[in-house]
Amino acid sequence: MTERSGWARFQEVIRRDRQFGLVTEEKSLALLADERSERASLMRQSWRQFRESMRRDRQFDFMVAWKDLELDVSHGPILYVEDLNVSFDGFRAINHLNFYVDAGELRCVIGPNGAGKTTMMDIITGKTRPDSGSVFFGQKIDLLRLSEPEIAAIGIGRKFQKPTVFEQHTVFENLELAMAGDKRVFPTLFARLRVAQRDRIDEVLCIIGLGEQVRRPAGALSHGQKQWLEIGMLLMQDPHLLLVDEPVAGMTHQEMDRTAELLLSLAGRHSVVVVEHDMDFVRSIARRVTVLHQGSVLAEGSMDEVQNDPRVIEVYLGG
Amino acid sequence: MPLTSPLPCRPPPRWLALWSLGLCLTWSLALAEPLAESLLMSSDDSATAAAPADRRPVAEPTAPAPPPGLAGTVDPAPPDAPAATTLPELAPAPATGPALATAAPAPADADDAAAAADLAAALAALTDRSFAVKEQAVADLAASGDPRAADLLKALLGGDLQARASDDRVVLTRRHGDGFALTDPLTGSDLGQVGRREVKRIVVNNRMRTALRAGIARLTLASPDPALRLRAAQETLTAPDPDSAAAMRERLPVEDDAQVRVLLQLGIGVADLGDPEPAVRLEGIAALAGSLQRPARNALRTLLASETDAEVRAAAQAALADIERLIEWNRHAQTLFFGLSLGSVLVLAAIGLAISFGVMGVINMAHGELIMLGAYTTYLVQGLLPNAIDWSLLVALPAAFIVSGVVGIVIEQTVIRFLYGRPLETLLATFGISLILQQAVRTLVSAQNVAVSSPTWMSGSLQINPVLSLTYNRIYILLFALAVFAVLLLILRRTALGLQVRAVAQNRAMARAMGVRSARVDALTFGLGAGIAGVAGVALSQLTNVGPNMGQAYIIDSFMVVVFGGVGNLWGTLVGGMTLGVANKLMEPWTGAVLAKILVLVLIILFIQKRPRGLFPQRGRAADA
Amino acid sequence: MGLLRSMKGDTGGLVLLAVLALVAILVPVLNLAVPADNPWHVSTFTVTLLGKYLTYALLALAVDLVWGYLGILSLGHGAFFALGGYAMGMYLMRQIGERGVYGHPVLPDFMVFLNYTELPWFWHGFDQFWFAALMVVLVPGLLAFVFGWLAFRSRVTGVYLSIITQALTYALMLAFFRNEMGFGGNNGLTDFKDILGFDLTARTTRVALFVISALMLAMAYLACRAIVTSRLGRVAVAIRDAEPRVRFIGYRVDRVKLALFTFSAMLAGIAGALYVPQVGIINPGEFAPLNSIELVIWVAIGGRATLYGAVIGAVLVNYGKTWFTGVFPEAWLFALGGLFVLVTLLLPKGIAGLAGQMRNLRRRRGEPTAPLPDTATEATP
Repeated sequence: MTERSGWARFQEVIRRDRQFGLVTEEKSLALLADERSERASLMRQSWRQFRESMRRDRQFDFMVAWKDLELDVSHGPILYVEDLNVSFDGFRAINHLNFYVDAGELRCVIGPNGAGKTTMMDIITGKTRPDSGSVFFGQKIDLLRLSEPEIAAIGIGRKFQKPTVFEQHTVFENLELAMAGDKRVFPTLFARLRVAQRDRIDEVLCIIGLGEQVRRPAGALSHGQKQWLEIGMLLMQDPHLLLVDEPVAGMTHQEMDRTAELLLSLAGRHSVVVVEHDMDFVRSIARRVTVLHQGSVLAEGSMDEVQNDPRVIEVYLGG
Repeated sequence: MPLTSPLPCRPPPRWLALWSLGLCLTWSLALAEPLAESLLMSSDDSATAAAPADRRPVAEPTAPAPPPGLAGTVDPAPPDAPAATTLPELAPAPATGPALATAAPAPADADDAAAAADLAAALAALTDRSFAVKEQAVADLAASGDPRAADLLKALLGGDLQARASDDRVVLTRRHGDGFALTDPLTGSDLGQVGRREVKRIVVNNRMRTALRAGIARLTLASPDPALRLRAAQETLTAPDPDSAAAMRERLPVEDDAQVRVLLQLGIGVADLGDPEPAVRLEGIAALAGSLQRPARNALRTLLASETDAEVRAAAQAALADIERLIEWNRHAQTLFFGLSLGSVLVLAAIGLAISFGVMGVINMAHGELIMLGAYTTYLVQGLLPNAIDWSLLVALPAAFIVSGVVGIVIEQTVIRFLYGRPLETLLATFGISLILQQAVRTLVSAQNVAVSSPTWMSGSLQINPVLSLTYNRIYILLFALAVFAVLLLILRRTALGLQVRAVAQNRAMARAMGVRSARVDALTFGLGAGIAGVAGVALSQLTNVGPNMGQAYIIDSFMVVVFGGVGNLWGTLVGGMTLGVANKLMEPWTGAVLAKILVLVLIILFIQKRPRGLFPQRGRAADA
Repeated sequence: MGLLRSMKGDTGGLVLLAVLALVAILVPVLNLAVPADNPWHVSTFTVTLLGKYLTYALLALAVDLVWGYLGILSLGHGAFFALGGYAMGMYLMRQIGERGVYGHPVLPDFMVFLNYTELPWFWHGFDQFWFAALMVVLVPGLLAFVFGWLAFRSRVTGVYLSIITQALTYALMLAFFRNEMGFGGNNGLTDFKDILGFDLTARTTRVALFVISALMLAMAYLACRAIVTSRLGRVAVAIRDAEPRVRFIGYRVDRVKLALFTFSAMLAGIAGALYVPQVGIINPGEFAPLNSIELVIWVAIGGRATLYGAVIGAVLVNYGKTWFTGVFPEAWLFALGGLFVLVTLLLPKGIAGLAGQMRNLRRRRGEPTAPLPDTATEATP
C-alpha cells in the first residue's frame, strides 16, 4: 500500500504547488501524467521480474543473464577488445588487436587510412562480426553475442564518419527518436513525450546550437549542422560509451573548439573514443592516444609520446 | 471415351476428359514404344555391351568357324549343312519345321541353276490354293538363301506378288495407271501391262505372315549391310519364334558387327527360355541378364509366370531385379538430364538479367518480354525464309540479339537512365514497359501463340540405350546455354567493354574519374543483357509455346536464379540455374510438377533468409556500401 | 481522442474522410430512395462497383503503410488480399448449404464434384461468421508474421525482399490452382447465396456492403494515420531512410518492420474479405503477381507516404480500368504500362505531390530541377 500512499502524496504536493501558483495548470497535469506512467512502467517491470524469477527451469541462467547485463567496471576498463581478427576476402582489416578503454576516459584513435579504425567500431557496435577474438563491455557483457540494437540499448552510442541523420525528420524528431527509453514496438507506438523528456531535448538543442533549426527537416541542414545533430542524438541516447568517428570533419575552427569542449565535458561521466584525422583537434582534446596501423596497435600513450615514436613517424611520413 | 465414366449421370467434368486423354496417350505410347524402340535404336547399347560379350550361344561349339570375309560378301548359300543339321537337336523345332526340313537338302555346293530352279518351283507353288503348300513354298523361298528371296518375300507380304490370271504365272506387279505393270520376279524382265482384273491376289493368312516375317528376318540377317542386319535382328527380337531363333543361331557365328551380335545373343536367349531343359533356360537367362531391351524383360517376366524350376526361377528373378536396377539408374540419368536441361533454360533466361541486375543494379522486369521478342524474331525469320527452316535459327540468333538489344538500349536511354540508384522504381517502370511490349505483340502479331518450327537437325533424339533417350533439341539448348555463358564470360573478362563494365560495377564514380564513359557503358551493358535475352528467346522458341505471355512465365524463375546464385556473379547464375533445374526435376516424381515448383520457391525463400546475398555473395567493404 | 489528434494537419486526409462520409450517405440514398428512372438514381451495379473500388482503396492503404512509410516494396500484398478473400469465400461457401447444384448439406459443390467424402479439416469452423471473420485477419496476419519474421530477421531488404514477396504470391497462386489444395482449384469459390442470412443479390445487402466498406476504409485510414503520426511511425520513416542508423540508436528494426508488415497484411485481408461478397467470386487469379504489382502502381500514382494518396490512386486507376476495358479493351495494358513509366519518371510523388511539385517548378523556373530524393530504396547490391 505504500505505492498508493506515495502516489497520493505526489498528487497532494502537485495540488499544493498549483494552489500557490508555483506551476501552471497545464504543467501540473503533465507532471501527474508523467508520474503515473512512470509508476505504471515500474510496476510492469517488477511484475516481469517476478514472473521471470518464478520460472523454475531458468532460475540459474536467469541469474547469470541478469548480472550479465549490468555494466561492471570495477576493474577499471569499460571496454576490452582482445586478440581480435577480421579479414575481408583475404585482406586482414584487424590483426590481433588488443585495445582497452577505461571508464570515464577520453581516448583518441588515430591511424592512416585502412588501419582498421572504422572496422573496429563496426565490431564493437555489432555491425561486423569478427573472425576471432573477444569484445567485452565491462567485465561481464560479451558484445559479440549481442545485436546492434541490444548494444545500443546497454549504452554504447556511435556517431558515424559520414553524418547519418534522418533527413525527412525535423531536428526535434531526430533527437526524440534517439532519446533513451523503452524502444520496443508497442511502447514506441503509444509513447507520449513527457515533460522531463521535452526539457532534455531542449537542453541538448542548446548544447548543439540548433535551437533555431528545431522545426527544420534534418536533410536541409548544412554538413556541420548534421555533425552537431548527430552528436546531439548521441547525447540523447545517454550512453556509457561514445564512439565518435571523425566528429569535426567539415566544421569551422570555432565549431571544432566547441566540439572539443563538449567532448571534454562528457569525459568523466561517459567514456569517449574519438577517431579523428585532424591532428590539431586530437592534440586539443587528447590525454591518451592510440595509433592503429594495419589492424593492430602500433603505439599508445600521450600525444607527445606518440608523436615522437619512431615507428609512428615512419608510418605517417615514411610509409 | 475409352472407359466408362464413374459419374455417368453428370456432364463429364474437365478432369475426366483430361484423364481419358491421358489414358489414350499412355496406351498409344505403350503400344508404340516397342516399335519406336526398334526404329530409333541407332547407337551402341552401352548397357548391353557391358554384359559379357564373350558369352557364346549354345550352338557355337558345334558350328564351324565362318570363312573369313563371308559376312562382307554376298552369301548366296545358306549356312553350312552341318550347322543346319545340328540345329534341330538344340532348338526344339516343332514337328512341322518346314524351314529346316527344306534347308537341309540345299547343299552348300549346289549350283546356281539348281537354286534358281528351286526358287522358280517355290514361286509356282505360291499360286496353289492350299495354305499348307503355300507355307511350304514360303519356307522354301526363305531357305533358298538367294539374294532375291528377301525381296520376293517382302513383295508377297506387301501384296505386290500376284498371279497372272491368264497363265497363273507369279509376277511382280506395280500399279500403273488403271492396271498393273508386270515384271518377272526372278529375272526382272518386263512382262508388259495388264488390266486390274487380269491378276489374282495371292492370299496370305496369318500363319503365312508370321512365316514370311521370319523368313525375311532370316534372309536380311544374312544381308551384307550391317544396318539392315541390325534392323532385322531387332524385328526378330520383338517377335521371337523358333524359326527366327534358328536363323539367329545360324547367323551368330559369322556375325562380325558387335551390335548385331548383342541382339542375336539376346534373341537366342529369349528363345532359350522356352526350352524344356532347365540348363538351357539358365543359359538363356544368362544371355538376357543386364539387357535393357524390352523383349528381354518381357521374356523374363513371361518365364517367371510359368516357371517351376526353383533354380531357374531364382536366376530369372535375380536377372530381372538386376535389369530393373539398371533401368532405375538410367531413369536417374534421365532425370538429371531433364534437370540440367531445365537448368540451362533458366540460365539462359536469367543470365541477361544477372548482367543488368548485377552490374547496374537495375531490376529489369521487362526481361521476360525481351526473351519473348527474341522468340518472335525467330518466328518472323522463319516466315521470311520458309524454305530454309534448317538454317533459320542461325539467322534468327543474330537477328534476335540485335532486335532485343536495340529495344533494350532504347529502354535504357528513354527510361532507366533517369532512374539509376532507385532500383525499386526501375522495377515499376520496367514492369510498365513489359505490359506495353506484351500488348504491342498482341496487337501487332496476334494474341494467340504462334507456331515456330524446329529444324530437322534439332528433332529426334539421341538413343543412348533402349530406356534412355535424350532429345536433340534439349541437348543443343544445353550446349547453347553453356556456349552463351562462356562467350559472356569472355566478353566480361577479356574485352575492353568487359573491363569498363566491371569497373563501373565496382565503383562508378572512380570509373568516371578514370575516363570511362559510364553512360555509354550502361547503355551497352543493358543492351548486352537485353540481347542475350533475345538469344535466349530463340532457344526457348524451340522448347515452349511462343506467345505474348511467354515472358511472364520466365521472369519470376529468372529472378529466383539470380537471387539464389548471388548478384554480380555469373558463376552464381550458372550454378544457381542448374541447381534449381535439377532440384525441380528431382522433386517432380515425388510431388508432381506444380508442387515441385512451389517447393522450390519456398526453399529459395528460406534459403534467402539464411544467405541473403545468394550462393556467391559479394563480400567485403564493397558489399556493405 | 488520439485518433482525432492524429488527423491534425492532414488536410488531404480530412477531405478524403469527408468525401467518404458524403459518398457513404449519398450513394445509398440515391440508390434506395430515388426511383430508377430518375437521372439521379445510382444503379445497384454502380454501388457494387464503388464498393469494389473502396476495398481496393483499403488494399492500397495497406501497401502504402509498408511501402510509403517503411520502405518495404511488397509485391505480394495481393496474396494477403486473396487469403482474406478466401477465408470469406469459405464462409460464404458453407452458407450455401443444400442449395448447391448437388444439394449436399455440408460439402460445397466442387468437393462433391471431386469426390470428397468429408470436409477437409481446414474447412471446419467456417460455417460460423465469427470464426471466418477471425481467420480473415489471422491467416494473412500469420503468413505475414512468419514470412516477415524470417525475412526481416536476416535483413532481406530492398529488391531482394520485393522479389521474394513476389515469389511468395506466385507460389501461393500455383498452390491454389491445384485441386488437391481443397479450395476449388482453378474455379475458386463462387455461386454464393447469402451472408449472415441476407441475400447477396438483394439491393439492400449490396448497399450495406458498400457502406461497410466505406466504414472500414475510414477506420483503417484513421488507424494508419494514428500509427504514422506516432513515434513508431517516425521510427518507421527513419528505417525507410537510414535503416542501419536506427539500429544503432537501439530500435529493433526487424520487430518494427514485422509489426507493421503484419498489420498491413491484416488490412489487406480485410479488404479481400469485403471484396469477395461484392464481386461474388474468389479464384487463384487473385494471387497473380501482376495484381500485386498493379496495386503498387495505384499507390505510386496517388502518391506514396500520404495514405490518402493511396486511396485516390486506387479509385482513379480502377475507374480508368473500368472505363478503358469498356471502351478500348486493347488499350488498357498500354495505358497501365504507360502509367507505370510516366509516374515513376515524372510524378515520383504522385497526384498527392503534384501541387507541391508544380509550386516548386514555378518557383525555380529556369533552374534545373534537383533530383528528387529517393526515399524508398536500399543501397544497391
